[in-house]
Amino acid sequence: MTLRNVTVAAAIACVLGFGPADAKTLRWAFQGQLGALDPYTLNETFTLGQLGNVYEGLTRRGKDLAIEPALAESWEIVEPTRWRFKLREGVKFANGNDFNADDVVFSAERVLSENSDLKTRLPADVKVEKVDDYTVDFVLSSPNPILHYEWDTWYIMDKEWSEEVGLTNVVSASDTASSKAAFMSNGTGPYVIESHEPGVKTVYKPNPDWWDEIEGNIDEVVFTPISQDATRVAALLSGEVDLVDPVPVQDIERVNASDNADAMTGPELRTVFLGFNSIRDELPTSDVKGKNPFQDANVRKAFYQAIDIEAIKSKVMRGLATPSALLISPLLFEGSGEFERHPYDPEAAKKLLADAGYPDGFTVGMDCPNDRYVNDEAICQAVAAMLARIGVKVDLNAQTKSKYFGKVLATGGYDTDFYLLGWTPGSFDSYNILVNLAGCRDETGKGGPFNLGGWCSPEVDELAKQILVENDPAKRDQLIADAYTIMHEQVSHIPLHQQSLAWGKSKKLDLVQRADNQVLFKWMTLND
Amino acid sequence: MAVFILRRLAQSVLVMLTVSLIAFAMFRYIGDPVNQMVGVDTTPEQRAALREALGLNDSVYVQFVRFVWNALHFDFGISYQFKQPVGELILSRLPATLELSIASAIFALVIGIPMGVYTGINRDAWLSKLFLTVSLVGISLPTFLIGILLIFIFAVNLRLLPSFGRGDVIDLGFWRTGLLTASGLKALILPAITLGLFQMTLIMRLVRSEMLEVLRTDYIKFARARGLSERAINFGHALKNTLIPVITVTGLQLGAIIAFAIITETVFQWPGMGLLFLQAVQNVDIPIMAAYLMLIAFLFVVINLTVDILYTVVDPRVRIGGSAT
Repeated sequence: MTLRNVTVAAAIACVLGFGPADAKTLRWAFQGQLGALDPYTLNETFTLGQLGNVYEGLTRRGKDLAIEPALAESWEIVEPTRWRFKLREGVKFANGNDFNADDVVFSAERVLSENSDLKTRLPADVKVEKVDDYTVDFVLSSPNPILHYEWDTWYIMDKEWSEEVGLTNVVSASDTASSKAAFMSNGTGPYVIESHEPGVKTVYKPNPDWWDEIEGNIDEVVFTPISQDATRVAALLSGEVDLVDPVPVQDIERVNASDNADAMTGPELRTVFLGFNSIRDELPTSDVKGKNPFQDANVRKAFYQAIDIEAIKSKVMRGLATPSALLISPLLFEGSGEFERHPYDPEAAKKLLADAGYPDGFTVGMDCPNDRYVNDEAICQAVAAMLARIGVKVDLNAQTKSKYFGKVLATGGYDTDFYLLGWTPGSFDSYNILVNLAGCRDETGKGGPFNLGGWCSPEVDELAKQILVENDPAKRDQLIADAYTIMHEQVSHIPLHQQSLAWGKSKKLDLVQRADNQVLFKWMTLND
Repeated sequence: MAVFILRRLAQSVLVMLTVSLIAFAMFRYIGDPVNQMVGVDTTPEQRAALREALGLNDSVYVQFVRFVWNALHFDFGISYQFKQPVGELILSRLPATLELSIASAIFALVIGIPMGVYTGINRDAWLSKLFLTVSLVGISLPTFLIGILLIFIFAVNLRLLPSFGRGDVIDLGFWRTGLLTASGLKALILPAITLGLFQMTLIMRLVRSEMLEVLRTDYIKFARARGLSERAINFGHALKNTLIPVITVTGLQLGAIIAFAIITETVFQWPGMGLLFLQAVQNVDIPIMAAYLMLIAFLFVVINLTVDILYTVVDPRVRIGGSAT
């Protein structure tokens, strides 16, 4: 059905009145827009979350983020490097095609193919073997206990359909050829996309043949991007939409005070933290010449203890943040409770600086995005003010995310001395953090691509290697805790907090807010 | 005459070239589009491959010449976000912007002219003073604030009108219109007022000053002396003569309305070209930004060129001056 036909059909539907009287239409608005629907184009929370209503992986995550069987009914580790997945029988894609092992093999090849943005979902050298129509083996080169951790967003596509519409290759985010197929979808999930006009409107309808039951009662979903904060909140307050994401921090009280809507807040998985450049021999933005003060753990700890995290929480974040001692959310690592932040103590910080040879402090430049995380620039300003109290003068360079990331990431040559960044481990697992944020890296980023400051500890790297192949959960958790202990004591980074999610919803709407910020319609109920 | 038009044409081409250079140069420094297009997990190698594929590694001159050449063919490339030709995208968003712009121009004329006439005739009436005061507000408040105020009053508090979007649209094949459905018309009211308020104030003040001017002239005095009714004098003679500058200004302002619809469209999430442009800025979608700037520049150049040519028809002095220098 072309877009035009859909619109005509919609127009006719308008003229005839809206279907059955008790149809439950969820109208929801997000600040960004939904672009291409190819599930391997963009590794980004919002897009993957929306596609999670349409597509399914072999596994899925429940209301509490626990891993559940989805398209795979069960799985077992036959030998340490061979995982066997039993596929669910009788599942059909939205176009009526059967789901079977060929689709899994195809999806595995596709997700690892050149243009895919989700290559991390599978090890690059994995061999996917079809045993029979409903059994698939994944053969690994080394044991990997968290093989399936990210599979809830590795959506399985239909081989026949993809070949038919010309989606055999992934439409990359950069593709300069026009592609209509990138805006079509064919999943096995609870909803199907009826029409999709990027940047304007997307309509979802329930999939009548879904193998599982939809718990909620939503018969239709109309999604509109509304980029302006004020308009989005106004649309919620006036009852024109039932759900908005996000509600700006300063509007939460206003939403709660209204008689038809309230704000739902909860901790997000992303951790916001500060990082130091310790790989450079000299900091270009600092007045300290001939050496790099951040190579001294005392200096890093002085910075840590100079930051009043409670003040940031209450004044900058208006209470909507959970201070963190680790670079990972407590929801994702059970041992988090054993770690406590180094206490806020400006006097101790001054002493540490003096011991390190900087009794009068020094100057340093700081890089900060101003439109990426909640109140990111304000956090940086607060940090700069707090550091001024121990004699460190911070030159803050807060800029828009495209300029910021262009400067501080590998493409910009990791050009930063002191920075603020947020990180959600895609796998929901600590290994991702130990490698990406804390792995020793070279000039090009090999080893620890997002370890912007290049902090390096051979012990942590060694532990990470063991963690990767350790199949025993208890032993593995202990190894992770050991690695975090080193990072905490050495002050590899300054973890700040997990920011809060803030959704605004109509009082009539019941829903499940998951910490990964996915908006899933199957758990939503609109009451009269 | 031909020389004059040719010269104006040459100037227009020069303007367009300059705009395209500015557009092109500005976008090169707005930030790396690659960072917007990929997730944060993407490796440096993938990013480098992407830059190569996008042609971002070619020399600036090569990129500029390629840009202008393609623009001449209405080929602005493929949008990074939408994977569709930018020309097509802009055409699909054009009806929304034109409907909004024309509605607000009509609003400005229909309300602005009578108010101007009234304040021109009844200079000291309290209603005139009220109109003038209100118009001062209209001219001094920024558009987005007016839009948000209107949303707050009419959508949130009174719940009379929608706060965002375009309502239901009907596809006529070549044109998707919101003018044929009740919800579409309702959705048009607030954005049209927001966008047209400034122009309305402008037209009102223009008509007023023109009326004051005309009412002082001899032929009006003679008309009065002849004993014509006030109504015939005011509307039959005076208003008719004030309308020439009004029409010129309105024509020119239509270009401005279309160009500055960006803010109104963003506030009301009106799915037109302006919103497309702003979303493109947020996502560093360079092809869309470039195309939009060029299109708006082209619009202004065409309007100005037409006005210039019309002047030569109306006023021979322009023609003589044009060929003498």
